[in-house]
Amino acid sequence: MMMKRWLLGIAAMLAAASRAFANDWGMGDANSKIPPSSIFSPVSTPASDINTLAFFTLAITGTIFLIVGSLIVYSVVRFRARSDDDGREPPQVYGSNPIEFAWTTVPAIIVFVLILITARTIYTVQAAPRPPGAINVRVIGHQWWWEFQYPDLGIVTANELHVPQSDPANPTPTFIVLESADVAHSFWVPRLAGKTDAIPNHRNTMWIDPHEVGTFLGQCAEFCGTEHAMMLLRVIVEPRGDFQRWAEAEKQAPVQDASVARGRAVFESTACVNCHAIRGTAANGTFGPDLTHLMSRETLGAGVAINTPEHLKIWVHDPAEMKPGALMPAMNLEPKDLDGLVAYLATLR
Amino acid sequence: MAGSIEHRIALSAESDHASLPILGRAHEWVVTVDHKRLGLMYIGGGLVFFLIAGLQAATMRLQLAIPNAGIIAPQVFNRLLTVHGTAMVFLVGMPILTGFLNYLVPLMIGARDLAFPRLNAFGFWLWLFGSLLLYFSYIGGDGLYGAGSAPDVGWFAYAPLTERAFSRGNSTDYWILSILLTSVGSTATAINLLTSIFCMRCEGMTLRKMPVLVWLAAVVSFLMCVVLPPLSAAQAMLLLDRFLGAHFFDTQAGGSAILWQHFFWIFGHPEVYVLVLPAFAFANEIIPVFSRKVIFGYSVMVAASCALAFISLGVWAHHMFSVGMAPAGNAFFAASTMLVSIPTGIKIFNWIGTMWGGKIRFRIPMMFSVGFLAQFLIAGLTGIMLAVAPFDWQLTDTYFVVAHFHYVLIGAIVFMIFAAIYYWFPKATGKMLGERLGKWHFWLFLIGFHMTFDTLHFAGLRGMPRRIYTYQPGRGLDTINLIASIGVIFQAAGILMFLINVIRSLRSGKPAGDDPWDAWTLEWSTSSPPPEYNFAELPVVRSRRPLWDLKHPEDPDWKYE
Ligand code: HEM
Ligand SMILES: [Cu+2]
Repeated sequence: MMMKRWLLGIAAMLAAASRAFANDWGMGDANSKIPPSSIFSPVSTPASDINTLAFFTLAITGTIFLIVGSLIVYSVVRFRARSDDDGREPPQVYGSNPIEFAWTTVPAIIVFVLILITARTIYTVQAAPRPPGAINVRVIGHQWWWEFQYPDLGIVTANELHVPQSDPANPTPTFIVLESADVAHSFWVPRLAGKTDAIPNHRNTMWIDPHEVGTFLGQCAEFCGTEHAMMLLRVIVEPRGDFQRWAEAEKQAPVQDASVARGRAVFESTACVNCHAIRGTAANGTFGPDLTHLMSRETLGAGVAINTPEHLKIWVHDPAEMKPGALMPAMNLEPKDLDGLVAYLATLR
Repeated sequence: MAGSIEHRIALSAESDHASLPILGRAHEWVVTVDHKRLGLMYIGGGLVFFLIAGLQAATMRLQLAIPNAGIIAPQVFNRLLTVHGTAMVFLVGMPILTGFLNYLVPLMIGARDLAFPRLNAFGFWLWLFGSLLLYFSYIGGDGLYGAGSAPDVGWFAYAPLTERAFSRGNSTDYWILSILLTSVGSTATAINLLTSIFCMRCEGMTLRKMPVLVWLAAVVSFLMCVVLPPLSAAQAMLLLDRFLGAHFFDTQAGGSAILWQHFFWIFGHPEVYVLVLPAFAFANEIIPVFSRKVIFGYSVMVAASCALAFISLGVWAHHMFSVGMAPAGNAFFAASTMLVSIPTGIKIFNWIGTMWGGKIRFRIPMMFSVGFLAQFLIAGLTGIMLAVAPFDWQLTDTYFVVAHFHYVLIGAIVFMIFAAIYYWFPKATGKMLGERLGKWHFWLFLIGFHMTFDTLHFAGLRGMPRRIYTYQPGRGLDTINLIASIGVIFQAAGILMFLINVIRSLRSGKPAGDDPWDAWTLEWSTSSPPPEYNFAELPVVRSRRPLWDLKHPEDPDWKYE
């Protein structure tokens, strides 16, 4: 009882502290609509294959745990010295060859079976079929955001990967080539597949064939520096038609809205263009994310904030406020220029 | 002649006079070449770093208690993470364990000291200096005035994050030098132990009559001699990259990031065995004594340990299942890793076999040892899961791994370190540690440990990567992390009980006598604490349990071995 009140007290204190310290730019609400990224609820073949193997492994290790654990508990309870002990030493047993032999060979057999099954899954997951409908994506890890290129479609986007749903009868898997622009990263969307590293000077491949429509969260899994924790990504799986429509929209040149000409001028005359690209403008930097269709993305800064004009304004004013350590510098714009710029960015659909 | 036997005996006699000024006594510790003092200095130094690195861990857990917390800045978190991990391995695990081996091996083989006492002292001071460098980086990392710039590259420091382009300032250089020095010190210790074990055993102690602990000390030393040089080589290469523009790991100039990973894990995986084999060694001494039975299957136990050491040299790439090896490579390393479970299983079964049919006395060292058995079982089983390469594609670099290796590092190794401290403290100080405080220590630490680390398995399965300074709300991770952080409070309370216990016992502990546990190996045949020269007269043994033979002349061991 005392204990419970104690724990509740600590929890309440921490909750209060959390409110005082937290700076959650709307992501909490957005994420809680998406189910947890449990590796046990796969929606894509590689993840399902792993899931099957995982259950098999858990069954074996679970059984061993129960047996050996009970042996430990039994021997500890059964053979403790009693209070009426006569003080004589128990019989000394130096060993037993048959017993030693048994508990060497039985584990060896289990291990052998596990090795065979493991090897089979390794080969099936790593050797992917490549049916004609496959989508190719190049994923490039950057310190602390993701670049997604569709070489066949001529699309470049960031942090949110759109892929078509793949139905077993008519599969459209997505083939992913992984590269890195700086340090090692790792691409991981637990419900779709295991992780694969993105390593500089090295090219890795993997594939997914999601058969469920929805948004799946992932994140960089290899420590890559200050904002490693905020190198998030989402994979948006759409019915094939929706995916096609999205792709068409991404291919369009951005709107030329006369009412935001001032903001566009600000963009093109500041350092923004050194790092970012907007198709149809002078901006063709590659250090930061492509902004051509910025507003088609749900999040900002690789998932630190919901993508709204208000958040954009905070971000452009000083990214460190949302993502301390981010490699984009504070732009130090006059308030009027900032307003105009954000108004312009808000039209990039 | 200074340093001669007579001179040192005379010195030690002098030191018994409490009238010596404190500086004089400190001076004695500084100039000592006695393996027992050096062992205690390793253990004491390691415990101090354990407290510091533990506080750093607690700070990380505070930040992670709630989602999106902004209690510490990301870079500060990454520094805590790096220094905590590095310190726990090189400044805590290695020195405490080798400290025990330093202390115990000469006593257990009936020798007067290690083979090279001065090399031993040299190793210690090298280690201490290297250790201080790691923490000095907090002051010196960005030049002497750039406070707060400890390394933030993680304890495995993957290239090219450690190259100049991504890690400016000098914090990474401090990290490199610190590890270089501590591992040169450890290599010296290993050579010393090997030589002593093979050349200095007392009369009658053939290889087959050595205590299992001594066998494991030999295996560990062999492993250290094999795996520390690759680590030192890699550190030297990284220094060359950073200062002389070599391009071993500098990917921007065409170097290889994966090369570093191979180098690091060729050291890093066997390092786990360097840490865990001494823990096994303690269990091999403690479990029999408190079960009142001879160790079950001595030869198989020794053979299994040798097998473990050899297999551990061929499994390093199981840390690299996600780097994109070919299927054959993944399958090979999965298979070799799973083989490890066979000798490991043998050891667990033999410990159970030792307890079976015994009369188990649940004194504190035995309680910690049983905790070790259960926790090591869990760590081993999660290890098998990680060896299943496709499963590992999901699990690696998540909190599941954090939970797994803390079950090894705390659940097995730290628990056995505490068991060993409670067991040999009376020998080293002549005083018993208190049972009541010991029980508080054990239970608080046990509960806290499982609260913190069992829960974290589930965080990993729910997609929480490791080495993140924060996570977002609404991902099903909030409760898990809160429980994990509260567990740290219990662990800290347990450690506090331990500290109180040690201080109280040093001041006014019950006198221990020479052989408080009714034990069987040679260290209990000399006084507590042992005289500087260990044995007035070098012992002669006829079996693995010389004191059993003395206590049971009607039924001595040598009749059966
Ligand atoms: C009070 C007990 C401890 C707590 C609460 C604790 C907590 C932590 C935490 C939160 C991390 C960061 C995990 C991550 O984000 O990847 C960590 C990492 C680590 N811990 Fe501990 N730890 C404790 C004791 C130990 C001990 C005793 C050892 C070893 C003897 C150890 C070795 C490590 C290592 C090697 C890392 C990895 C560092 C890295 O990834 O660079 N820890 N620990
Ligand atoms: Cu990354």
